[in-house]
Amino acid sequence: MTEILRVERLVKSYDGFLAVNGVSFSVAEGELKALIGPNGAGKTTCFNMLMGQIRPTSGDVFLGAERITGMRPRRVWRKGVGRTFQITGTYQTMTVIENVQMALLSHHRRLFDLRSRAWKLFRGEAFEFLRIVGMAEQADRPCSELAYGDLKRLDLAIALTHRPRLLLMDEPTAGMAPSARVELMRLVAEIVAEQGVSVLFTEHDMDVVFAHAHHIMVLNRGELIADGDAAAVRRNPKVQEVYLGGGTLFAAEDANA
Amino acid sequence: MAFFLAQILNGLANASALFLVASGLSLIFGVTRVVNFAHGSFYMLGAFIGVTLMEMLPGHVGFWGAILLTGLAVGLIGAIVEMIVLRPIYRAPELFQLVATFGVILVIQDLALMIWGAADRMGPRAPGLRGVVRLWGEPIPKYDLALIAITPLVLLGLWYLITRTRVGILIRAATQDREMVGALGVNQAWLFTGVFALGSALAGLGGALQLPKGGADLLMDFNILGPAFVVVVIGGMGSLPGAFLAAILISVLGVFGVTYLPQSTLVLMFVVMAIVLIVRPYGLLGREEVAGEHGQVGRPEPPIRPYGQTARLVVMALVGALLLLPLVAETFVQILVIDIVIFALFAASLHFILGSGGLVSFGHAAFFGGGAYAAALLVRHASAPMEVAFLLAPLLAGVLALGIGWFCIRLSGVYFAMLTLAFSQLVWSVAFQWRSVTGGDDGMISIWPAAWLSDTTSYYYFTLLFGIGGILLLRHAIHAPFGYALRAGRDSPRQAEAMGIDVKRIQLAAFTLAGAMAGLAGGLFVFAKGSVFPTELEIARSFDALIVVFLGGVKTLAGGVVGATFLTGVEDWLSRLQYWRLLLGLLIIGVVIVAPEGIVGAVRGAWMRWRGSAPGLKSKGGAAT
Repeated sequence: MTEILRVERLVKSYDGFLAVNGVSFSVAEGELKALIGPNGAGKTTCFNMLMGQIRPTSGDVFLGAERITGMRPRRVWRKGVGRTFQITGTYQTMTVIENVQMALLSHHRRLFDLRSRAWKLFRGEAFEFLRIVGMAEQADRPCSELAYGDLKRLDLAIALTHRPRLLLMDEPTAGMAPSARVELMRLVAEIVAEQGVSVLFTEHDMDVVFAHAHHIMVLNRGELIADGDAAAVRRNPKVQEVYLGGGTLFAAEDANA
Repeated sequence: MAFFLAQILNGLANASALFLVASGLSLIFGVTRVVNFAHGSFYMLGAFIGVTLMEMLPGHVGFWGAILLTGLAVGLIGAIVEMIVLRPIYRAPELFQLVATFGVILVIQDLALMIWGAADRMGPRAPGLRGVVRLWGEPIPKYDLALIAITPLVLLGLWYLITRTRVGILIRAATQDREMVGALGVNQAWLFTGVFALGSALAGLGGALQLPKGGADLLMDFNILGPAFVVVVIGGMGSLPGAFLAAILISVLGVFGVTYLPQSTLVLMFVVMAIVLIVRPYGLLGREEVAGEHGQVGRPEPPIRPYGQTARLVVMALVGALLLLPLVAETFVQILVIDIVIFALFAASLHFILGSGGLVSFGHAAFFGGGAYAAALLVRHASAPMEVAFLLAPLLAGVLALGIGWFCIRLSGVYFAMLTLAFSQLVWSVAFQWRSVTGGDDGMISIWPAAWLSDTTSYYYFTLLFGIGGILLLRHAIHAPFGYALRAGRDSPRQAEAMGIDVKRIQLAAFTLAGAMAGLAGGLFVFAKGSVFPTELEIARSFDALIVVFLGGVKTLAGGVVGATFLTGVEDWLSRLQYWRLLLGLLIIGVVIVAPEGIVGAVRGAWMRWRGSAPGLKSKGGAAT
């Protein structure tokens, strides 16, 4: 399989504190890969360095063959990387569909257009993306009125608008009801399968992770301690140490399975 | 050398009052986030109350006692102002409070005029500190030495209060996270009132302390406001040691400026502020502003839509009425409408970047006056025909905005506002001091329109065409993808950046467009009046536009235009009365309290309630606001 994303010895240091310490990994084309780890492990910092929200102290990020280390988010986006955020940052003063249209306006390079009416442009296309995430009925509601789970789904629709090669999802299901979580991740898995987009996501809900991720990476205190399929990660003693303090829950689950 | 040292001492003495005023301003901003324009008024009140008390109380005890009593009195006045004017509107959109404090300025100006009269007051000499001492052979007023000694004591006292007492801990906590302090059970309302009183008391003390050096007059409020804001910004908003350093820096530089480069005095501090902000965007000792801190507080504005059928008909009817007006109205009415349309375009251009872009500019007059001056200079020095000069006015104002915006756009929030203010002061001082070209404060006169526009009615239609055209163009831009991108950058810069939008570039383009439209208004203005003076570039002109935008409603699209129409109309009517500032101030404060979402916001709210309410309640709902 070809690599879509390769990360080499990525380091982020804050006044000597190593938030991310020499992380290397890669994501293959069409892969759904999870990055997990306890709070403060450096997952979001890692994500922010991939898309350019934070500049790494050292190390490199490659998108395909191209080095994108330290590139501004808007340029990384233009290269085909989409992103959803842990805390959504949708435009509060626009309607649901206008949020999607905004991304399409940017994708079609119409940002400096002074003549057209923005709300008429790409409305049909935007509607299609809302349909994919099941938000079509709410298209014309003000974004400020949405429930949290719906904001997350809208965020996903926005990230899909420029048909990304790689989707970075930071805690896509955080704050959602358990049933909604499963539903959203099933949707993401479908998108991966249908559109061939690669997804890298962080997540706290282990059910979601183990049910859907093809591969799982575990980050602890800024260091990658495991990278493999679900079974391998479960068996990894270091991972058990981090999550269970040496307990045996994973082992018991394995025995049941 | 001796002269040099004496100059420094003089500067340090001047720093005293400035520091007191600025530290109060800084405290108030740090805790309540209110940009208190009325702070200079408290300083002025301090001076007048101080004079009165000093005349009543004799001797040493009387002099110093009067100063302390003045501090208490002004602190009390501050507390009352905070409770009546500001407390009802903390939930209003960010910076809305500054409109209310502007109203307070007007009220205090006229009250001071009523009570103390228009004549300047000489401050009494401090008992025991008359005369001079000789240091290095130079005469140094004894009172200067006293001031130099007092300032660090005040800083020390404030430092003790802030770092060593429980109240101080609350103040610091509130400076960093107001909501958390509220959540911990602290009564925010009283904390705010207390801080406002303390800040006002400091300004009052400053006003009383400087009496032996400067006296009291009715221009003190605006005169101290500029330097005080500069000091707060250079030091870093909310930082007392920063304000202390900056007060000394500005005062000492000011003294040397007067001696060695007299023509620099008007602008020197703004140059310093611009340099500091460009090098250190958060001032000398300020902290970086947390993202979102200056976002839109309160309810988010509803999604925008172009006007529906009804509203369009109303607007068309209004325009139609304006077109027919010359058939029935006399010349002075036409002139009033010309003024209103010009001001409405100016306000709409500010509203464009402020409302859709979230960019609060304190220096928008630079482009209004800039356009007016550009046209006048072309007519005067290049003998350009009126038509050419008029068309070049918005273009040149746009270029000016592009240049100034390039520096300012990197900053955000209050620091952005202050840098725009600094640049507009630079432009003003050029117009004011480059006499050979701009005519200085005599301005430029006899800049009349071309012959075919020379009668009032022709110029009236000319103004309607370009004024309303400009306003419609700005409205169109708001509904265009460009306007949406601008709002996206305001709502969520992170999200905008993550979908390929270059937020700063969009903002710079919007700033330039707004500058050009303000320049168009300036071009209309100069040929309507036949003259232009540096007052068109003043801070007061920038604030006029700011006030009407907030008055009309930031979170609405018509706010600027409606606010400008309202204020111009009201001013025209009120200014025939003797104490019109008092009435205007009270009116502004009244509107602010009754309609914290602005006039248009309030009307919209009433309309929504009326449409949403049960049929039987219709009339009641409509009358609620």
